[in-house]
Amino acid sequence: METVLEPLLVGLLQAFEPLNLMMLVIGCLIGLFVGAMPGLGSVNGVAILLPVTFLVPPTSAIIFLAAVYYGAMYGGAISSITLGIPGASTAVATVFDGRPLAQAGKADLALLTAAVASFIGGTISIVLFTLFAPPLADFALKFGPTEEFALMVLAFATFIGLGGDDIPKTIFSILIGLVFATIGLDIISGKPRLIFFDIDGFLHGVNFLVLAIGIYGIGEILWTLEQTKGDVQVHKVTTSFKSFVANLKRVREYFPTTVMSGVLGYFVGILPAAGATPASLMSYGLAKTFSKDPDSFGKGNISGIAAPESANNSASTGSMLPMITLGIPGSPTTAILLGGMIIWGLRPGPLLFSEHPEFVWGLIGSLYIANVFTLIFNLALIPVFVRVLTLKFTILAPMIFILCVVGGYVPEQSLHDVWLMFIFGVFGYLLRKLNYPVAPAVLAIVLGPLAERSLRQSLLASQGDAMIFLERPLSATFIGIAALLALYPLFAAWRRRVREATQAASDQ
Amino acid sequence: MTVRAAELVMAVFMTICSLAIMYKSSDGLKIGWIPGSGPGSGAWPFWLSFGMFLSCLVIIYRWFRRHTPESNSTEPYIGNQESRIIGVTIAALFFLLLGAHIVGIYFSIVLFLLFYLKVLGGHGWGLTSFLSLATPTWLFFFFEAVLQKPLPKGYAEELFYPLYDVIYGKGGSVVTLMVLLGIPALGFVPPLLNWFRGRAAV
Repeated sequence: METVLEPLLVGLLQAFEPLNLMMLVIGCLIGLFVGAMPGLGSVNGVAILLPVTFLVPPTSAIIFLAAVYYGAMYGGAISSITLGIPGASTAVATVFDGRPLAQAGKADLALLTAAVASFIGGTISIVLFTLFAPPLADFALKFGPTEEFALMVLAFATFIGLGGDDIPKTIFSILIGLVFATIGLDIISGKPRLIFFDIDGFLHGVNFLVLAIGIYGIGEILWTLEQTKGDVQVHKVTTSFKSFVANLKRVREYFPTTVMSGVLGYFVGILPAAGATPASLMSYGLAKTFSKDPDSFGKGNISGIAAPESANNSASTGSMLPMITLGIPGSPTTAILLGGMIIWGLRPGPLLFSEHPEFVWGLIGSLYIANVFTLIFNLALIPVFVRVLTLKFTILAPMIFILCVVGGYVPEQSLHDVWLMFIFGVFGYLLRKLNYPVAPAVLAIVLGPLAERSLRQSLLASQGDAMIFLERPLSATFIGIAALLALYPLFAAWRRRVREATQAASDQ
Repeated sequence: MTVRAAELVMAVFMTICSLAIMYKSSDGLKIGWIPGSGPGSGAWPFWLSFGMFLSCLVIIYRWFRRHTPESNSTEPYIGNQESRIIGVTIAALFFLLLGAHIVGIYFSIVLFLLFYLKVLGGHGWGLTSFLSLATPTWLFFFFEAVLQKPLPKGYAEELFYPLYDVIYGKGGSVVTLMVLLGIPALGFVPPLLNWFRGRAAV
């Protein structure tokens, strides 16, 4: 415990440094806003704002983006409750009971419940993160290129096995992301690869930001423009100090559910294919299953708000654990954070703890502070956010497009990248309409160069013998779990068919 | 076009793209094992795109067998109402980027916002004018003065020389700060006025 407390205290002090504190506060506010706006979520906010962080040191940059991520988890509930439109996919489950409560005139109760549950879930996950990170980093120091590659295969396999999406389309999405990562100069021979139509712009490769901003910026707004046709009704939020105190006293009603969801959310968040969205949905399902009054879920049960909100905050921190310790992102947002770390010149993974402890512990320390600040801002600024939600999408959409264009230009200062981003955005939207998952492609373009380097180093060491991945115990374990995960959907489909056949036979 | 038709069109298109990537990966590059050196430079993209090709074949096969919801759906891929707004938005973005090459990003943003806010959004001239002028102004001072990352200006580069004198001249930092804080503050004036009017009425 002593080995954790001292660096944690140093990290907390670092987070209180003026620049870091300022970035944290701004990040929390922007995150709340981003999360509250329908059509925007943490992944969009982080992708679009990443270019802005090139101005500051890496520690301040990660604190800022982590605060945006965190704030968005809090902010998603505001739109879910007052508009009935999830602020982000992570807040979908909050609509189920949040909207009925708002319609019953208890929007203030719903919003307070969401904020308090987010705080509790966030606190649980930050403590678990602090305890798990150093030993996991120590364990990961045993990894060589073979284990690194096997771990990435496992990360991709979790998308196939647990992502819940169409499998051939998921595999296609992963592979196309890996292919985009190969564009440019070969890392070993220096030869140009996939320079389409001999366009010079491809020589510097495809920056993952171009794909990320294209898909999560332009593509997402096109999607929202299509989905949000028609009027949206904003429910009035009235609150007073008396009702605030009365609502706060109801914490004990949902406290056990919140704690359980926080723990569950953290461990689900660690899985690469998971993240806050499945964590919140699973927690909602479990809270309903174990509730004494499951029929009240979907009609305004405050535990139905507390569970997903606690889980999504907890999962957001959990997803940072494999990112920092293993170099494997636990969610689409952390995939972008990982890409950012590479741009800042850092190598995510176990060596980060020894080579850049100020970065890691500064991030961990900032999470404690961000949790408190975001709770305060969330409760204090609810009337402001509700007012902002009345902003018409025809004002917000062009602003986001402009942010995407300049954000896509800034990294390489090339209009070629902006055109690519536009093409990715339009295609991402068209593919999404056909149920192609886009998150695996973003993960793949971030991990692609690392995966290729690890694979080629491993094969060089083994003189071309691919059995090396099965001869080393850790690598073999990862490959084995990956195979099981990849086969799980086939097994689930077979079991479903057997059950249906048995049911049909018993009905006859 | 129905979703079912779009599913096939997309799968066929991606199949062709996969084959093209396979060809390009092997163009002048080795896709096999080089003794003493390891996998060739083209190996990784070639075999990945081969995997893409196989995935597309599976998608097409499942389309024929109607195994997926998309391959069974006769719903319109993009509805008439939606296709108008999506199509116009994509076209507006296209011209925004094209304009960046010709008149530069700042003037292109002005034209884009004028079109989007007034024509597509139906907003009043007050809001449209304010945002169309304030947004590129704010971006100019933020990127040129603060980040020192110049954005493309096309053939309109010379028109910005007087502004460079402002930014990099005496008092440039003060002017920059005033613009960066002042423009967002101006945006809060109308809602504050409305709020005061509401309180006065009470």
